[in-house]
Amino acid sequence: MSEVVKLNTQNTNPSAHDPVFEKYAAKIGATRALMQEEPLLFEKEQADAPGVDLPELERKKPRTGLAIRDNIGLPQIKEPEVVRHFVRLSQQNYSIDTGFFPLGSCTMKHNPRLNEKLARLKGFAHLHPMQPTATTQGALGLMYRLQNYLADLSGLPAVCLTPAAGAHGELAGMMTIRRAHEAHGNTHKKLVLVPDSAHGTNPATAIMCGYQTKTISTKETGKLTLEAFKEALGDGHDVAAMMVTNPNTCGLFEPEIDKIVELLHKAGAYFYCDGANFNALVGKIRPGDFGVDVMHFNLHKTFSTPHGGGGPGSGPIGVCEALRPYMPVPEVVRDEDDTYRLSMDREDTSLGRLKGFQGQFGMHVRALTYMLSHGADGLKQVAEDAVLNANYILSQLKDDYHVPFAGPCMHECLLTDKFQKDAGVTTSDIAKTLIEFGIHPMTVYFPLVLQGTMLIEPTETETKESIDRFIAIMKMVAEKVRGGETDIFHDYPLSSPRRRLDEVTAARHPKLRWSAAKDQAAE
Amino acid sequence: MPADLKYTKDHEWLKIEGGNVAVVGITEYAQDALGDLVYVELPSIGRSLKKGEDFAVVESVKTAAEVYSPVTGEVVAVNDDLPDNPEKIKESIEAGWIAKIKMTDPADMEGLMDKSSYAAFLKGLTG
Repeated sequence: MSEVVKLNTQNTNPSAHDPVFEKYAAKIGATRALMQEEPLLFEKEQADAPGVDLPELERKKPRTGLAIRDNIGLPQIKEPEVVRHFVRLSQQNYSIDTGFFPLGSCTMKHNPRLNEKLARLKGFAHLHPMQPTATTQGALGLMYRLQNYLADLSGLPAVCLTPAAGAHGELAGMMTIRRAHEAHGNTHKKLVLVPDSAHGTNPATAIMCGYQTKTISTKETGKLTLEAFKEALGDGHDVAAMMVTNPNTCGLFEPEIDKIVELLHKAGAYFYCDGANFNALVGKIRPGDFGVDVMHFNLHKTFSTPHGGGGPGSGPIGVCEALRPYMPVPEVVRDEDDTYRLSMDREDTSLGRLKGFQGQFGMHVRALTYMLSHGADGLKQVAEDAVLNANYILSQLKDDYHVPFAGPCMHECLLTDKFQKDAGVTTSDIAKTLIEFGIHPMTVYFPLVLQGTMLIEPTETETKESIDRFIAIMKMVAEKVRGGETDIFHDYPLSSPRRRLDEVTAARHPKLRWSAAKDQAAE
Repeated sequence: MPADLKYTKDHEWLKIEGGNVAVVGITEYAQDALGDLVYVELPSIGRSLKKGEDFAVVESVKTAAEVYSPVTGEVVAVNDDLPDNPEKIKESIEAGWIAKIKMTDPADMEGLMDKSSYAAFLKGLTG
């Protein structure tokens, strides 16, 4: 296990046998140039007084009968060191603002700063959700417009803006379907069909809603075939819905979807479309036109609102007219006198509220800004450029990497490590190599339909220059492996603050709580 | 790959013990695909299983996979060693079995692959 020696070692150790340096090494620590080695606040040298001057507390009688503690163990750090601590941590972060982030199916695209400017307008930023609606007409009008634009783009006439993230939107959508089945007395419908190329949250959502799932295999072609669907559907008596991600996680559009949906609808089941990959379709085709009954929109993917830890996310849903009575409340409506209000009109049929207040309003502002700044033709070009960029990567790498399903692809392309694996270089090694060269890895080992998959989504906002650099790194790896030069790929990353982590020990013996070094020694 | 084992398309192996007890584990192919194992979740003894039902979970650093029962029957023993020492799955059949299932329908054995047809099946997968 020579690997273990390299695990989790810092990259900044001085050269060996340097007695003078060794003498001072503990105090000097591991910080080098811009690479800051930053301990936890609790591990830093503690000041003898709090960082903030607070008046001495007047001791009152304890209300609980227990003694009042003098100290609850908060770190005692002065303001300049607190500021440095968080700035240093932020500098170790990698984001779309740092570099290329081709994480498949996540649509890590640039967040235009115009979105931020408008979201910070005082009238939007300082609103209180409980203000009387007479004072929030502008904000309600904005939400009304966003509802209508999402309806126009999806072909699904009813839109609920409140779900707080993609998975929350999925839950809202599937609960809407369940509510409709219950209202129609279809309690025997207990099964949800999910292809294995769907996002993992799809079956999880179905199970959260009390359904059982049945997997449809797409291993042969990467696509959902009519035959495989028919086999899974059976007579359709107990099938409540099908959840499909389209384009799917192999980066392919489902070509038989219209025939499949016809049979699904005949069986009295609904079609849920995961909208995570809507970036490939926006402005080009409307999911409602290929039979979708419910879909969610990831405003933080397709409509460029901040993503991941920088969120919050926002996952509105669109539903067909037949499902409108059952979707969550509230909905923004415009009355005859042109005023807007939050409607709870469907309260007796709706599944109810899923989120406090009006959802992530700040994201609604950003998404509408994005739509208006692009216009209908611009959104169309978003989808076109996203698909073009993915196909450019596929065309450049198709001779170096195994392409399991022939292109053209949609907005992301799928490769595997089949050509490299026998030489001992795996998808994981390729991902670590990208880290060494300052690129966030693609999605790895997903989708699960094949082994060693790499799902690459460049998005439309990446320049040709940065895509070409990625292609060059990938080609370099493939060429070196062909030439038998493989050892280095087991060592990367070399320049990162940490090298390879011991994932097995981390998973087998997780440390779930920090404890001081002296406590650890005692354990 | 011992000769007296039977195999499934989901990469479980099965060995008959004492006439009607099926000892079940996962094949080398499945072990390689999963990578380093970090946890094994075992079924409870006495649980009745239908053929094709998932009864255990093997978790690796890459993914978590369900293990499907190749036969209908009742769980009569589990390998208690595995949750603390998941790497034992890879050691041998004697150390790495997951559960023993008392079969209720011997006909379940039909349709399982023998060593040579499983080898051919794997060849088809890796092409």
